[in-house]
Amino acid sequence: MKILVCISSVPDTTSKISFTDGDTQFNKTGIQYIIGPYDDYALARAVELKESLGGTVTVLNVGLADAEPQIRKALAIGADDAIRVDVEPTDSYFVAEQIARIAKAENYDLILMGRETTDYNSGVVHGIVGELLGVASFSPVMELSIEGNHAKMTREIEGGKEKLEASLPLVLGCQEPIAEWKIPNMRGIMTARTKPLKVVAPSGESLTSIDKYNLPPAKGAVKMIPAEDAGQLIRLLQTEAKVL
Amino acid sequence: MSVLVYIELAEGSIKKTSFEAIFYASKVAEMTGGSVTALAIGEASAAELGKAGNYGAAKVLHAGDSSLFQSNIIAYSKVLLEAVSKTGAKIIVTAKSSLADAVTARAAGALKAGVVGNVTELPDLSSGFKVKRSIFSGKAFALTQISSDIKVIAIKKNAISTVETSSEAAVESFSISLDASVFDAKVTETVKASGAVSLPEADLVVSGGRGMKGPEHWQPLLDLAEALGAATACSKPVSDLDWRPHHEHVGQTGVKVAPNLYIACGISGAIQHLAGVNSSKVIVVINKDPEAPFFKAADYGIVGDVFDVLPKLTAAVKAL
Ligand SMILES: Cc1cc2nc3c(=O)[nH]c(=O)nc-3n(C[C@H](O)[C@H](O)[C@H](O)COP(=O)(O)OP(=O)(O)OC[C@H]3O[C@@H](n4cnc5c(N)ncnc54)[C@H](O)[C@@H]3O)c2cc1C
Ligand SMILES: Nc1ncnc2c1ncn2[C@@H]1O[C@H](COP(=O)(O)O)[C@@H](O)[C@H]1O
Repeated sequence: MKILVCISSVPDTTSKISFTDGDTQFNKTGIQYIIGPYDDYALARAVELKESLGGTVTVLNVGLADAEPQIRKALAIGADDAIRVDVEPTDSYFVAEQIARIAKAENYDLILMGRETTDYNSGVVHGIVGELLGVASFSPVMELSIEGNHAKMTREIEGGKEKLEASLPLVLGCQEPIAEWKIPNMRGIMTARTKPLKVVAPSGESLTSIDKYNLPPAKGAVKMIPAEDAGQLIRLLQTEAKVL
Repeated sequence: MSVLVYIELAEGSIKKTSFEAIFYASKVAEMTGGSVTALAIGEASAAELGKAGNYGAAKVLHAGDSSLFQSNIIAYSKVLLEAVSKTGAKIIVTAKSSLADAVTARAAGALKAGVVGNVTELPDLSSGFKVKRSIFSGKAFALTQISSDIKVIAIKKNAISTVETSSEAAVESFSISLDASVFDAKVTETVKASGAVSLPEADLVVSGGRGMKGPEHWQPLLDLAEALGAATACSKPVSDLDWRPHHEHVGQTGVKVAPNLYIACGISGAIQHLAGVNSSKVIVVINKDPEAPFFKAADYGIVGDVFDVLPKLTAAVKAL
């Protein structure tokens, strides 16, 4: 089993978001970067599949050198080698194009991604990659098992789930509970330092670009209602907030 | 410009979020001088599909061939591509959902189209084509320029307020012949969640956290949800502990909801939880700890024990 896991490097979910240069740049100062939480599920499942079926796991990131700590962490968790496409990941199609170019040359059985990145929440890179490779793609996948050349999956749908079957190769956007997040152990951290990390140049161009950022308006003060009078809340929701 | 809107059906009805997308598409068509065609895949009556006209669609292409449904995303994206080529659409609009994302993404791959999701406002056409979208799970916005010839826009739910008219759309049956290899992927079973109201589409949501103490204590919350006709939701630890099913978990790694009313019972309000609910119009927080961070994001708050407060709320709803 030859698996490619695509990881994004995103601000830790507790980050305070702000902008600089007249609100045209994201302010990276003081931001802690992590592997995208959904990508982390994809990586965990890939490592499990490798452990049970044999094979290799390659991690791929489209990003600048500051994403390397996240790539090393993925290697410490159990990936065998890594590729970084050296460019700022600005646009879904552009990122997908980089991934597809690398995947085309390598014939992976499985390409696992997260359902979406937690910075731009697009949820489309896996679908675009699938189309560019001419391979089936599904998302969000919450269970995955492989038998021979065949995959059984559970996909979340609005208000329920569906079971799916398809032949490899596949491109999948993953979410929990596909696997439990893995924490690197000491041995993993030591060996990750010497695992190969190849840096390649990008090609193509972005189809979208951000002109300006802004923050949402500040929330008004909360109106407190004494617990004894809890029923009064319902009246306010009806007459004041007008949501009932 | 000709605009194509990909709409979704649930149990034979057009989803509310799809009406928002149709309305958005009709405004874009007005701005660019063109008409709106809607594409619906699935079973629905002509009368129901005609309602797309109430929100501005001139025509609905209806792909109702049941052989499509089993093969899922791949077949749907092929149908969408066929509709794009038939209508010559340069702008594809949809309501953001996991299905619409997956389907439009493949089409974008084939069309080399720029994709922008979670769009909250009509485009700014003063220089190029710019849309405002919500990013960082609602913590910020980004005005984004789309420079490709064909553009894909996914609307954030509840962000666009619609106006309804009485015009009806013409419904045209739409069939395409698909390559057999498309059917190599198959849906073998569909499991509908047991909850009375579907969470992602719900207008009212009652949600419980670890403060609910255990699955055997959920009844007061279910009673309030039932009295309101609300969907139920929960925090991540609650679904991790199997107190509630996984599909109820909202937040950063769960479902993102944008109801008119979100009532949080015994939930601390961690940032990852807020990421899934901060687009709600009105947030009510019930927590026994006055310092719980959720109060900072709330419109109404009650400091108290959920087991004392919930029955009072249910009684007040029943008395309405
Ligand atoms: C990468 C990442 C992703 C995550 N994604 C999500 C996500 O998608 N969704 C999510 O919810 N969490 C998510 N989390 C977890 C999140 O950080 C919090 O741990 C979680 O939301 C806390 O759940 P809780 O509020 O139910 O529990 P707690 O934090 O334990 O809070 C329980 C609350 O109940 C109150 N309480 C207790 N008893 C009572 C009572 N009798 N009456 C009234 N109030 C009472 C307490 O005062 C407390 O505020 C994520 C974490 C990480 C690291
Ligand atoms: N810059 C990137 N490098 C590698 N993989 C990425 C990158 N951006 C997105 N992905 C993958 O694509 C998935 C969906 O991302 P998106 O469509 O941007 O929400 C993510 O969960 C990742 O697995």
